[in-house]
Order: sequence, then structure tokens, then C-alpha cells
Amino acid sequence: MIPPIARLMFRHLLSGPATLKTRLAPNDAAVSELAARLEGAAKARLGRSLAIRAVDAGSCNGCELEIHAVNNPVYDLERFGLRFVASPRHADVLLVTGPVSANLAEALHRTWTATPDPKWVVAMGDCARDGGCFAGSYAVLGGVDKVVPVDLHIPGCPPTPLQLLTGLLALLDHAA
Amino acid sequence: MDASIALLDFLKIGQPVPDARPWPRFVLDGKSWRHMVERMEHCAWVLLAEWGEADAVHVLLRDEANGAIAIATRDCHDGRFFSVSLARPGAIRLERAIRDLCGLAPEGLEDHRHWLDHGRWSERRPLAATPQEAAKAAYSYRFLPAEGEGLHQIPVGPIHAGIIEPGHFRFHASGETVVRLEERLGYTHKGIAKLVMGKPIADAARIVARVSGDSTVAYSFAFARAVEAATGCEVPLRAVWLRALMAEIERVANHLFDIGAICNDAAFGIMLAHMGRLRERLLNANEHLFGHRLAMDRIVPGGVAVDVDDIALESLAYLLSNLRKRFERAVTLYDETPSLLDRTNGTGIVPSWIVHRFAAGGFVGRASSRGHDARRVPGYPPYDVLDFPIPVHSDGDVHARLMVRVEEVRASLDLIATLAADLPSGPVQADVPGKAGEGTALVESFRGEVAVWVRVDAEGRVLACHPHDPSWFQWPLLEGAVEGNIVADFPLCNKSFNCSYSGADL
Repeated sequence: MIPPIARLMFRHLLSGPATLKTRLAPNDAAVSELAARLEGAAKARLGRSLAIRAVDAGSCNGCELEIHAVNNPVYDLERFGLRFVASPRHADVLLVTGPVSANLAEALHRTWTATPDPKWVVAMGDCARDGGCFAGSYAVLGGVDKVVPVDLHIPGCPPTPLQLLTGLLALLDHAA
Repeated sequence: MDASIALLDFLKIGQPVPDARPWPRFVLDGKSWRHMVERMEHCAWVLLAEWGEADAVHVLLRDEANGAIAIATRDCHDGRFFSVSLARPGAIRLERAIRDLCGLAPEGLEDHRHWLDHGRWSERRPLAATPQEAAKAAYSYRFLPAEGEGLHQIPVGPIHAGIIEPGHFRFHASGETVVRLEERLGYTHKGIAKLVMGKPIADAARIVARVSGDSTVAYSFAFARAVEAATGCEVPLRAVWLRALMAEIERVANHLFDIGAICNDAAFGIMLAHMGRLRERLLNANEHLFGHRLAMDRIVPGGVAVDVDDIALESLAYLLSNLRKRFERAVTLYDETPSLLDRTNGTGIVPSWIVHRFAAGGFVGRASSRGHDARRVPGYPPYDVLDFPIPVHSDGDVHARLMVRVEEVRASLDLIATLAADLPSGPVQADVPGKAGEGTALVESFRGEVAVWVRVDAEGRVLACHPHDPSWFQWPLLEGAVEGNIVADFPLCNKSFNCSYSGADL
């Protein structure tokens, strides 16, 4: 009998990659164009390597779901050389979500300190910009730039994977 | 004295509060409250939630014997109340949070440490009548000790290695074996209970929808139902069905990701990739149907914010059959991979009695013989006219929690098909009457029972609100489940629980 994993892998080999370009929704053209631009820029400036460290600074975990989504085979961020790493010490970029809860502010700052230069900070989502709907709370500082310098905001609640890709492209332009 | 007494009969010793709907609320004095806690030792009254206000503590209780639900309130003008934790251990962290937020002292609570308050807020006791000024320095935290030869500590977090929320785990390990795990949470506390006070209902709905982003539909659903109960709003039938459609899509999407992520934590990455693809299809469907990938803010008090068109519904039906086929392929793969089953079977066992003692719901409860589901009891529309199975397993290990999810995905896919096919026509929104009152609602999220209690005034403002996350009663069980397992299996156990940090930190 053929084991199920062999079946599944064979099927994948036959059907080709699940990445965006095989899909037909109207957004796809924009994404594949974006993907091509992103690849070019990443190669030129960072030699195909940009290590991202995600830091949740009190988000509702909606942003984290979309970060997971850009790692799935459909968006497959890694094909551009952008990858998520486990430690800030390995990272070029801190991708920070959430309005920055007071309880996490110190940990966020320490994470930033642990990231080697040159480094960039991307604030992801509406509440990372200014606290969003949590602004004004006693327990929230209201925006990532209250604790660490921010190079880029990616708007959205939560930003879609497409917005996240666009944002990272903007970062590459900015980091030049 | 008869040891067993119906909840509603007992609560008659208190003063009923007018305008509390759909379940009554009774105000008890100190003596009757204490009497109630002592009764809880003998009676099958399930603690669903406990929260505080400036001068009152509320508990939401359900009588297992007859399904009756009620809120008991202790007026705490003296600043103290008798601790419910003596009868229900699930209340320990809830009461530590009440002490931090409202400054009310739970008498008899053994744990005197802070919970949500880390000494970093701009004010202390924010929900008290007069909040105190900020702490001078962050508090230090004394973890529970474990003693023995060769024991060592492993501190993990609050910043974790993966893309997950922040929280601190303190392991005491003997070699590779975990002797004790203790959680310290509160890092994502955003002060939601205070933020929503005085806000118009629509603004408060946006905030409550973000208590826990993965359960955003469930929270919006519960908040909307609570407001509608308080104001006596009648929701159009089509809106009710659309709500359930969103809720079931959310359930399936989250379960798919969990199944993939659990296998990934056992180093079986292909499942995560496969499930990620399936989940992406559902989120795309959400985008087409409701205009948001997570259907955030699409359920509003009075109905739903968007109507769906028939073409999107048709493509959903097509998607479902495809999804089912691919899902079953992945389940077969799981079933027939012994090296993976070896990791999930017998790992992270939660005994049934603990689950019952903490009244843990969702897949954590249902994998350990506690077959409770808010869609069935107390039930709410449209689930009262729908037929669906509630899978229950008894092994209580990672495998059981995964299989409960698998079976729930199947059940929910059937539900989605029914909901989409038989969607009634008509309007999708009704006006919320300007009426003062209190409302409570229970909604089953993918994780378990979400409870929302709200008090609104006649001008359409929220005076007070408490959203309760099912994770409150699941986090403590994770500590027990990990004990005796190897440290390397912690991610596997943790993912099989997938508790919400944000939901429980509030």
C-alpha cells in the first residue's frame, strides 16, 4: 500500500506550488507584480536575506493570525528571502503588533536593544500606530513609537497578508 | 438542611435586580454570599464567570441539575467579599484580577500575589471608585518553589520564540522532566473593562470584538446578544443565521490552523502547510462573503453589518465540498503516521475530574469527558433549530484534543452547508431601542464558552461591561497537564490547549 504521506506529496508535485500566482482572484495580479518587485529589491539591498522577529506588544492576536498567513504556502514569504526568526539577536527587522501594553513595554525595549544594528522597526496594525481603539487606557502606552523608534507603519485591523507584503516592500525602499 | 437545592430557589434569599435579562440577577448581603459559597461545595453550580465593579462582585452561575442560569452579586461597600475560590479553584485568578482592578479584598483567598497588575500601569485599582496613583516601581513576582536535588529553573518569555502572544512560563525541571510549570500572564492587559465605560454601544462593540482576535466573531456575537437582551431588541431571522454562519467559519478556520500547528510542534510540518492552505480558502471566502478575512466587526448589536449575495453563497457551497475532501486526506495522513501519533498519544493528559472542577469548556473540556457546549445548553438561535453532534473524548491527551477539533470541523462544515443553503430572506438589521437595562449572553467560541455581561443606559451608552474568556479556566489546567512530561513536549501541550493570552488578560 502507498503510505498517505507519499500520496499527498505526489499530489503536491503534480499540482504544483500553491503560491498566489496560481489563483485567479483580481488581487492576484497586483500581488504577483508586488512579489516580483519585492524580490528585486530584497536581492539588491539585502542580498536576499531579511530576518524578521515578530513581537506581540499586547495585540488582540488578530495581527498574529495574518503573520501566520503570510508564512503559509499561499503567500509564502520565505520565497523572497524574508523569514521569521526565533530570536531578536538574529533579526534585522522587528515587526511589532499591538498598542504596547504597559506590562510589556520594558520587554519590548529590551528586545529592541538585543537586536543588532542596523535594524528597522515595523509597527503592524492600527493599534501599533497610536493605540487604535485601546488608546487612552491606563494600561496602554498607545503606539510602538512611544517605546522604540518606528521606521514604518502598516495600516489595517488587522492588515491583510497583501498589505503586509506591500509594507515590507515599502520598508526595503525606506532602508536603502 | 437539604444539601442540594436548586440555584434559583437558593438565590431567592437575595434582592432581585429589575431589568436584568435574560437571566435574573440577585443582590446578596455578606452573610448570604458566604452561605452561597458554602453551598457550592455540595451543589453542582458551575462557575461561568466572576468579575468586579467599584463596589460589587458578580458571579455568573449555572445549575447543572436543571440548566438554570443566574447572576449573584455581593455588594462590597466594605471593600471585601468571601472568596469563591474556596469552593471553585477556577476563581483564584479571577479574584486576584478583581483585587488588582477594583481593590476589593477576597477573604480566604490564599494567593496574595498580584495577577494582572505588574506595577506598571498609570494608575492602580483602575476600576475602584477612586483609583490609586501609579506604583513607584514594577513589582517583583515570587514564583511557587519546587525543591529537590538537581532541580533547575527554566524561565521562558514574555517574548517567545514563535509568533505567539506574550506570557511568562517558569519551569522547574529535573533533567528533562517538568516538575512544575507556573504561568505568569497579564502582559497583554489593555484595560478593556474601563475603556468601554461610557462609550456608545457601537464603539464598545468594536473594542469587545478585539478582546481576542481569533474569537472576534464569538465576542461580537456575545456582546450583541447581551445588548439585545438588555434593550429588548428583536433581531431579524436572516441576521441570526448569518451570525451563525460567521461563527462556524471562524470555528473551522481556527481548528484547521490548530490541527496544523499541533502537528508542526511535533515536527510534522506538512500538516501545517496543508492546513494553512485550507484555512486560507476559508478566510478568502470570509472576505468575499462579509468583506473582512476574520469577519471582524461584522456582527453588530441589532443584526449584522453586511448582507451576503447569492453568488458568494454558491461559491461557498462549492468550496465546502472541496475543503471536506482535502481535510479528510489530511486526517488520514495524521491517522496513519505512527511517529506523529507517538508524540500526541499519552502526552499532556488532563484528568476528567480537574476539567469538571474548573468547569473548563471547549476542546480542553470535551477531550476529558466534559461534553458541555453553550450552543446546546443554554442554547441560542439559530442553533436551537439545528442538529449537530458535540464530540466528546475521554483520554484527555493531546491526541484527544486534536480529535475533538477534527470532529468539530466535520460538524461545523455540515452546519455551514445547512446555514448557507437554508438562509432565510429578509432584512439583516434592526434598530437597538434606547432602553436601559442589563444583559448577559453566552456564546460558544472555537475555544469554549464566551460570556459577556453588559449594562446600558437609555441614551445607548455602555455603563459597564465584562467579557469573560474561556481561557481563564483552561490556563490553570495546562500547568497540570505539563507536569511529568518532558520540557520539549511543552510546545505540543501548549498548542493543543491554544489558550488566549489577550482574552484572559483583557
